[in-house]
Amino acid sequence: MRPVPPMELVESSDPIATPKRVALVIPDTRPSVRRVQERWVMTFPHLIIRELLLFQVVLIALSIAALLFDAPLEGIANPLETPNPAKAPWYFLGLQELLHYFPPIVAGVVLPGLTVVALAVIPYAKINLTAGPLWRGAGRRTPIAIAGGAFLLVLLFGLFSCWPIVVPTVLVAGGMFAARGGENGGRFRRAVARVSLPEWIMTWFVVIATTLTLIGTFFRGPGWSFVWPLSGAPLG
Amino acid sequence: MNLQRPGAIAEYIRGSAVWKSIVRHGPPDTNRNRALIVFENLFLHVHPVKVRERTLKFSHTYWLGGVTLVATAVLFVSGILLMFYYHPSVPLAYRDMKELAFVVDNGLFLRNLHRWGAHLMVIAAFLHMLRVFYHRAYRPPRQFNWVVGVVLMSLTLGLSYTGYLLPWDQLAYWGVSVGTNMVREAPFLGEKIRFLLLGGNVVSANALLRFYVLHCVVLPVALILFVSVHVWRIRKDGGVQGPYRPDEETGEES
Repeated sequence: MRPVPPMELVESSDPIATPKRVALVIPDTRPSVRRVQERWVMTFPHLIIRELLLFQVVLIALSIAALLFDAPLEGIANPLETPNPAKAPWYFLGLQELLHYFPPIVAGVVLPGLTVVALAVIPYAKINLTAGPLWRGAGRRTPIAIAGGAFLLVLLFGLFSCWPIVVPTVLVAGGMFAARGGENGGRFRRAVARVSLPEWIMTWFVVIATTLTLIGTFFRGPGWSFVWPLSGAPLG
Repeated sequence: MNLQRPGAIAEYIRGSAVWKSIVRHGPPDTNRNRALIVFENLFLHVHPVKVRERTLKFSHTYWLGGVTLVATAVLFVSGILLMFYYHPSVPLAYRDMKELAFVVDNGLFLRNLHRWGAHLMVIAAFLHMLRVFYHRAYRPPRQFNWVVGVVLMSLTLGLSYTGYLLPWDQLAYWGVSVGTNMVREAPFLGEKIRFLLLGGNVVSANALLRFYVLHCVVLPVALILFVSVHVWRIRKDGGVQGPYRPDEETGEES
């Protein structure tokens, strides 16, 4: 049985009364002291003055926007008069656009739920911590895996004829293959060649989210039909 | 004493018993005093007294978390001012929008500031998340702070969405109707969650009151708690991390 440590501490300068315990400390995952030499500056004024400036710049920019542009206000809410189309706030229009292609449970619950879970587990998935450039040390199976994955996604979303996902998927997959062997190219090609698999996946997600939101915001009119932005004239 | 001398008034104030009882350090003319300014101030002491010079560069973080935080501060202040004029009931809520536009001094400015501030907060938070991802700043020891950030992102959207209903105009009413219809599709509990959220089966005066309480009390309190953890952990995890440099590992034994 382990002895129970004392619950009371008596403070005393007498080393016999309060012996100092010597213990082995096992390092945990806290940031360690850096080995590289670096220049340090005093937080006041260097950081504080920048924070103040940032505060003022944002406040002034917002004030100017508030002076120039008025917040929209329509007629009083009327449950009997449904506008066509009825749109959610802009940051949910990507989801509303998905509703056009998928059954509500997929567009409203499954896909957003998967997105939140996928975002939350990013730092705990090993690939996100270890992945290097996509094609560095790639075997013969890598291109097959990428092409296969892209093909399955295109097939899946193509079944629902959700082209705002299909087109970016094809484009991003094309980009992944275009990055191959770019290590010796120009500056841009080298930068693309350094992109890792997790970064390609995030880019894919961002492109899709942006595309869906833009379509939902600007290109959807009565009955969620496709229209030209602003004029609202039907497309095609 | 001769108060004509330059700096004499500042010296007089600094030397007074009242000033000394509030601020215990001298003017920032030594690094010790500069350190004490940060160290002895409740609001600044989340900072270390010294920072790496590199972290101050614009491209290190693009200040996106800071922009989000400033937008949040603007939203708290303008939101509290708006609360003085707003009744969360039908049809007073809509009438108050008109009052803000035509009766209250700077009322429209206040509402505009709150609206555009909210848009900025959503956009800046999203860009901040992307910046952290592409800089791989979610890596150990910062894993948990990333998760806190994901919670903050959902809180931001929740705040923005609950605020969207409050003007009680057609835009608000139907925007929220469309959104809450999606909740219905959640398996098993969808209908119940929607009923809980709206205080009924349709968007009504009950829903307005519930969204008001969520928007002005529940979600802001949650936001303050999580932002506190988020900011505190930046410090605990070794400060802001900029662009990923494979040659520089931060103490993680992988």
